[in-house]
Amino acid sequence: MVHQYKLNGYNIVLDTCSGSIHVVDEVAYDMIELFHDRTEDELVSEMMAKYGHREDVTEEELRFCIEDIHTLTEAGKLFTPDTFEDKAGTFKARSGNVIKALCLHVAHTCNLNCDYCFASQGKYHGERAVMSFEVGKRALDFLIENSGTRRNLEVDFFGGEPLMNWDVVKQLVEYARSVEKQHNKNFRFTLTTNGVLIDDDVIDFANREMSNVVLSLDGRKEIHDLKRVDHAGKGSYDKIVPKFQKLVESRGGANYYMRGTFTHANPDFTKDIFHMLDLGFKELSMEPVVCAPDDPAALTPEDLEIVKEQYEILAKEMIKRGKEGRGFTFYHYMIDLTDGPCVYKRISGCGSGTEYMAVTPWGDLYPCHQFVGEEEYKLGDIWNGVTNDALRDDFRSCNAYSREECKTCWAKLYCSGGCAANAYHASGSIRGIYEPGCELFRKRMECAIMIKAAEDMDD
Amino acid sequence: MERIKTLNTRDLCESAKNGGCGECQTSCQSACKTSCGVANQKCEK
Repeated sequence: MVHQYKLNGYNIVLDTCSGSIHVVDEVAYDMIELFHDRTEDELVSEMMAKYGHREDVTEEELRFCIEDIHTLTEAGKLFTPDTFEDKAGTFKARSGNVIKALCLHVAHTCNLNCDYCFASQGKYHGERAVMSFEVGKRALDFLIENSGTRRNLEVDFFGGEPLMNWDVVKQLVEYARSVEKQHNKNFRFTLTTNGVLIDDDVIDFANREMSNVVLSLDGRKEIHDLKRVDHAGKGSYDKIVPKFQKLVESRGGANYYMRGTFTHANPDFTKDIFHMLDLGFKELSMEPVVCAPDDPAALTPEDLEIVKEQYEILAKEMIKRGKEGRGFTFYHYMIDLTDGPCVYKRISGCGSGTEYMAVTPWGDLYPCHQFVGEEEYKLGDIWNGVTNDALRDDFRSCNAYSREECKTCWAKLYCSGGCAANAYHASGSIRGIYEPGCELFRKRMECAIMIKAAEDMDD
Repeated sequence: MERIKTLNTRDLCESAKNGGCGECQTSCQSACKTSCGVANQKCEK
């Protein structure tokens, strides 16, 4: 499958199955588009009629371009047939029942009261609770026991607000470090926090032990304070920004993400990104809100058009600032073209419900953090393991080819079939489609690839 | 090639032969937590 698009003056041709990316001029762009619908003579005539007035376009030269298209096709870089579909369903089965990543819900409670929170202010539609050290320790043992030969194990301390159970977080990290070598494992910890309780102890420990910290900031003060308020309704911006700045500076400005959520209140979210840059943050992520369509915070169809324009604005600004030596990172525009994931990963996705699970404060297992609180999605618990095999099999069978809509989508090897939780929330089924999410995802990928094209063409 | 510049990319068909070690990062863990993108994950091999 080939996907062609024009963006920011670049004509881009993606060969989906090989992963090849071609930046072409408008003549080659048209020729590739028509290549299988015309004879070569027809193609030459048509191009001469359209571009023959140009000095660089001659019949002989057009035939050279046709040869180039043949050469790329024979080299497996253009019009590559899809040979993955038949095997796609077997990729996850290869891993057996290996689990390599857990999202530990160490605190189902929060010191903020953000009404857009998908976790319903940290409670996940249940009771407030914190995880005990014993439950957390058992979760880590469960991960080690079920990780097979995988060496790198990931644990995210999540909530609610994990710093409300900070002593247990520290004890769990210390426990994991004390046992990882004997099991030939390497724990990678991450922490996702709203920042309210960050102090020097948190900063020192996080900088020593957390391979990544995800810091929640929505951008401009008036936007951030609209949603991210304490239980008295007071905005948290003034309290957390200096703490985030101190933490990031002491980490050497690396291995963190400033993560914001944008809603109906700020579809013009690049203003919030630029505000984060003004505050000195350079590793940025900004996500569309996840909520019911009738929620006042939900993005409307009109908002989606604005958001797509914003992604283009952001991409252009990123190129510009990069050239000026003021580069920054936007999570969704990070694509590693040469050393990125293999096709197994691209087809299999995030591993929710199979390699990746969430653990509640009382030790129940769910396919991921976004399913916690949905009782029918309980997989089992950390003492008895996965007992709902049918549910695990259902998640195992989700991949880039398991939905009809994905089979004809050029972006499937960039999203792996999309987020199961988004699909569930939008359609009631993990095999459904969250079309607005797909639309934004495709736009982000087009922008991300355009940035790579721009960087390459400038070299 | 005069009109076509091909960027340097990992050949996905080739990666089917030697990929699948499973050591790379779980994509949702790193920052987003609410969407699924895999292209930004670095290969650990």
